[in-house]
Amino acid sequence: MTFDWLLLAEVSLAGLGTGGLYALTALAFVIIYKATRVVNLAIGEILMLGAYAFFGFTATLALPWWAAALGALAVAGVFGAVTERLVIRPMLGESPIAVFMVTVGLGSILVGLVEILWTADPRRLPEFMPATPVFIGEAFLAPKIAYGFLVAAAVITVFMVLFRTWRGGVALRATAGDRAAAYSVGINVPGVFSLAWVIACVVAAGAGILVGAIGGISSTMGVFGLSVLVVVIVGGLDSVPGALVGGLLIGLIEALAGFYLGGEYKLLATFSLLVAVLMVRPYGLFGTREIERL
Amino acid sequence: MPIPAQTAAAPPPVLEVTNIEVVFKKTVQVLRGLSLTVPRGCIVALLGSNGAGKSTTLKAVSNLLGLENGAISAGTIRFDGRPVAGLPPHELVRAGLFHVMEGRRIFEDLSVEENLVAATYARTGRAGSAAGRFDLVYEYFPNLHERRSVRAGYLSGGEQQMLAIGRALVAEPSLILLDEPSLGLSPRLVEEIFAIIARINAEQGTSMLLVEQNAALAFAVASYGYIMETGRIVIDGPVERLARDRDVREFYLGLGGAGGEHRSYRDVKHYKRRKRWLS
Repeated sequence: MTFDWLLLAEVSLAGLGTGGLYALTALAFVIIYKATRVVNLAIGEILMLGAYAFFGFTATLALPWWAAALGALAVAGVFGAVTERLVIRPMLGESPIAVFMVTVGLGSILVGLVEILWTADPRRLPEFMPATPVFIGEAFLAPKIAYGFLVAAAVITVFMVLFRTWRGGVALRATAGDRAAAYSVGINVPGVFSLAWVIACVVAAGAGILVGAIGGISSTMGVFGLSVLVVVIVGGLDSVPGALVGGLLIGLIEALAGFYLGGEYKLLATFSLLVAVLMVRPYGLFGTREIERL
Repeated sequence: MPIPAQTAAAPPPVLEVTNIEVVFKKTVQVLRGLSLTVPRGCIVALLGSNGAGKSTTLKAVSNLLGLENGAISAGTIRFDGRPVAGLPPHELVRAGLFHVMEGRRIFEDLSVEENLVAATYARTGRAGSAAGRFDLVYEYFPNLHERRSVRAGYLSGGEQQMLAIGRALVAEPSLILLDEPSLGLSPRLVEEIFAIIARINAEQGTSMLLVEQNAALAFAVASYGYIMETGRIVIDGPVERLARDRDVREFYLGLGGAGGEHRSYRDVKHYKRRKRWLS
């Protein structure tokens, strides 16, 4: 029996597709970490919030999908602004572990909120992406994964360009580099923090809509954030390219391990990679050296 | 914020610090009733040994103390005649008070030009384009123009100091707080930087409060000097007078005391320990 290369290609493509969504969510995580040095463990739950907000707008209010998507992003943006102002900013200067625990609590609150509003039952999002099969060469790729990947890639590209060219991107990178120096050149540092949270929550909510469209939504979909945590630790907590490469890598490894070894090996494979990377490069593949360790 | 009425005849000094006390972490007192004044258009030097509280004084003025768990517990600071306590640091910068921090503190991950772009935030709410200021920076520091797309972290120490001063030029402030611009630089570069500091003061009319370890350098550009020790001012006066002062000559200019004979460090240290500036 010969090895089925086409199957390998299909599994790999599906893995890279999921990896794109990991990368997108990891980008949200990295934006917050870079600007504010907050390890935001609630990123998976914010993603869930976005998906449920989308569900609420389409299923309950019967809005067209694009309006619902905009609404969900807006809800996430407002959530980001309010959370930063009321929960995170008062914690500035506290120990990183304390802030970290606050985000854990934030995640639990979001899960509770979603279960109160929509119960814990899994739901399906309405179909809004084209259903025609996508072939890359001869390899078949589920259309939702393909389109999800394209959207994720586009958003990540836009961000990478913005970070380089837009003046706000300069402010964000300056604040990430040296907070006191950023103040000293007239950058509104609290404003940058707020903006980082808003942008990150909007990005995470966008990822949530895509993830939900592919696999359905439930109050436990926040565990997606766990894989994203692995992605950012592998890629480097403060690195946008790290989020991109780490996301694709973890997506690929999960898919390959899950298909060839069995679903129970997914986590084993990704966490083995995590341990291996941390042993060689404790600050992640692309991360800044001497970063605080978790 | 109400602006106190000033008589037209006597414009207020650009900076007036009155009896401030600074406490870190609510326990450690670093400044004990410090007062100083920077007249408009002047360079004022603030000298003192390590740990005297020079940098703390500057951070108190630019309100960056909060980031280090410090706070002003007493006294007032007036910038342009206006009390500025509690104004967020970025708003103070936008009002025209620019702090060039010790150790240069450039954004290493950003290019030279992006560092200048970051400083355009200091111009928020002001008219006039920043582009002209970029040209001005490159005119004062032609090296920076050559290296404008280089990552700032790769610049030499001297170029980084030039960039730090360049950011201040972009901001077009009325007062620059300059913290040890000579730190870690070769004597030739230091000379070059100080020549430019004097030029900026003369050509742009920018007032400066200059913190320096090297008293001779500071006296060369400043018109008035303050000397501080353990959190307060011990002597002040026009630099010509300070430069003639016996104690200043001995401890800050290293020019020997009484008879000009060479003293060993041990003697000086011993002497200094017994010496009381204020009886």
